[in-house]
Amino acid sequence: MSTETPVIELKNVKKNFGPVEVLKDVNFSVRAGEVTALVGDNGAGKSTLIKGLAGIQPYDQGTILFEGNPVELKSPRQSSDLGIDVVYQDLALCDNLDIVHNMFLGREKAHTGVLDEGAMESKAADTLTSLSVRTVKSVRQKVARLSGGQRQTVAIARAVLWNNKVVILDEPTAALGVAQTEQVLQLVRRLADSGKAVIIISHNLQDVFAVADRIYVLYLGKMTAAVKKSETSQADVVGYITGAKTQEVGV
Amino acid sequence: MSNQTNIQTGNEGSFLDAGRNYIARVKGGETGSLPALLGLMILATIFAVANPIFLKPINFANLLTQTATVTTLAMGLTFVLLLGEIDLAAGVTAGLSAAFLAISMSNYGVAWPLAVIIAISLGMLIGFLIGLLVAKVGIPSFVVTLAAFLAFQGLQLVVVGKGGLIGIDAPPILAIMNTPMPIAFGWILLAVIFVLYVGSALYSRRQRTTSGQLNKPMGILVFRSLTILIVGAGFVSFLNLERGANPAVTSLKGVPYVVPIVLILLAAGTFVLNRTKFGRHVYAVGGNAEAARRAGIQVSRVRIKVFMISSSFAGIAGILMASRQASVDAAAGRSIVLNAIAAAVVGGVSLFGGRGRLSDAVIGGFVIAVIDNGLGLIGLASGLNLAITGGVLLLAATADAITSRKSRTS
Repeated sequence: MSTETPVIELKNVKKNFGPVEVLKDVNFSVRAGEVTALVGDNGAGKSTLIKGLAGIQPYDQGTILFEGNPVELKSPRQSSDLGIDVVYQDLALCDNLDIVHNMFLGREKAHTGVLDEGAMESKAADTLTSLSVRTVKSVRQKVARLSGGQRQTVAIARAVLWNNKVVILDEPTAALGVAQTEQVLQLVRRLADSGKAVIIISHNLQDVFAVADRIYVLYLGKMTAAVKKSETSQADVVGYITGAKTQEVGV
Repeated sequence: MSNQTNIQTGNEGSFLDAGRNYIARVKGGETGSLPALLGLMILATIFAVANPIFLKPINFANLLTQTATVTTLAMGLTFVLLLGEIDLAAGVTAGLSAAFLAISMSNYGVAWPLAVIIAISLGMLIGFLIGLLVAKVGIPSFVVTLAAFLAFQGLQLVVVGKGGLIGIDAPPILAIMNTPMPIAFGWILLAVIFVLYVGSALYSRRQRTTSGQLNKPMGILVFRSLTILIVGAGFVSFLNLERGANPAVTSLKGVPYVVPIVLILLAAGTFVLNRTKFGRHVYAVGGNAEAARRAGIQVSRVRIKVFMISSSFAGIAGILMASRQASVDAAAGRSIVLNAIAAAVVGGVSLFGGRGRLSDAVIGGFVIAVIDNGLGLIGLASGLNLAITGGVLLLAATADAITSRKSRTS
């Protein structure tokens, strides 16, 4: 296992919604080149943890270390400036725009105020090629015309396009069929192999065990387990998720 | 380079392939303004057969000036509709701007160029306030602009005075809608449009070549430029025909001044929407505001700017309205906003946001104006005219709803 500094390290992170404690002193760390899975039952606090990393919903308390340095994540802009990108379950794509437009959304290339479509198109196509994407035919298709797997591919490619260090995938396979799930999981593996830190949130333990290096389990706002895939089993993880088992979490 | 890979850019293939792709897109529901354009041709044919006056140069020139105000308003509203919002106050904003234009000139002796700036600035300010209430406070635009629609009618009454009428006598303002340009100007206008179109198309081709991307077949550019040249030449020479009732006394020929004004607004607005970051963000916010927000786009700033643009267009529409009537009354602009919204929707701008172009609004404006004008010439009762306009709008909105549902579920 890698002993280098984690790309992201959360220490004693807390978040309350009114009287409800959604995150209770959560510790979490992710390393480059690894797929880190975050699992837990509905309402365990997975989305809240991710929204904090994305800067959409800042944590109330706690320390965030990015490559060992303390940082603040108070806005989506701060997160994306650090190289953290989230691929959401609802995909956050604009159906009425084409693939190139979506991949460059919010960060369009322009020359003296005029969009440089040629440069954007060429970079988008290169990125899809570098991910060995074979399912997308033309980068000028409207996203509305793509299948679920293709949309997921575009959303992941967008995160790669910007050379992000951390790519967070929220339920990337939830809406996909068998073949498309397989393609997306391969893509996730390739992302980590290319040196990025990948966080994957999933309900599907089969997918998690297929792709993850390390598994974190949230149970009612507490991080109840942090294990390497090689040292655990699906039955153990189910135990952690349902609260039947617990493990002291060392960071 | 991407052309060595299996990922295409949609520019491969010949002129014929491009044509086939277009037909496939239309069949897939991306019809744009095509139905409106076909409808326009059918309507024009019917009216031309029913009453030959419809095709006379005088009627065509009338049609252009009749539609200019609504079209300008509709172009501005297109920006708002692209966000999935609505601006019911656009008409009264136009009326109020017209009142400020007239009063500043007649009561305070302001020079006309300054009065024009005042009128447009008033529009922009109104748009800013509406945008602020919609984007920052979070009131639905329907309610904000309905409130503004009512309040500004009152303000208009106060400013103009009950039953009042303020005359416009600045010749340049009156000339916009009432005087044609010299014959040569029409041809110069066409030449400028042609050069600008070909120039900008060649520029974007070079930009694509520099970054190693394929271009669309040259044949498409040639085809489009020739279409502009032929259709434009037809329009200009038609409008340059004598249309005065008694040419010996007053000769009336040439393209009305309002035509280049509307064309400049159309070109500038289209450029902003298609070629700038802001324009792209407008489509993104209209398509999926949450996605835009997560991509780091400042959604509320886009909203405010869009309302400012729309209301500035309304200000310009107010000037056109004042020019055409040579006066401003207390009810100016009250009735035109619904026609303008209808124009945009009939032209193919989606009410659900994210889909539509300014040229759609112009074509839709023509459809509305042709129905009005043609039925008037046939001598049908004006009640029927409104009913038909309503029917056409409903038809367009139905098509819009079906297309939007199709693209959401696929």
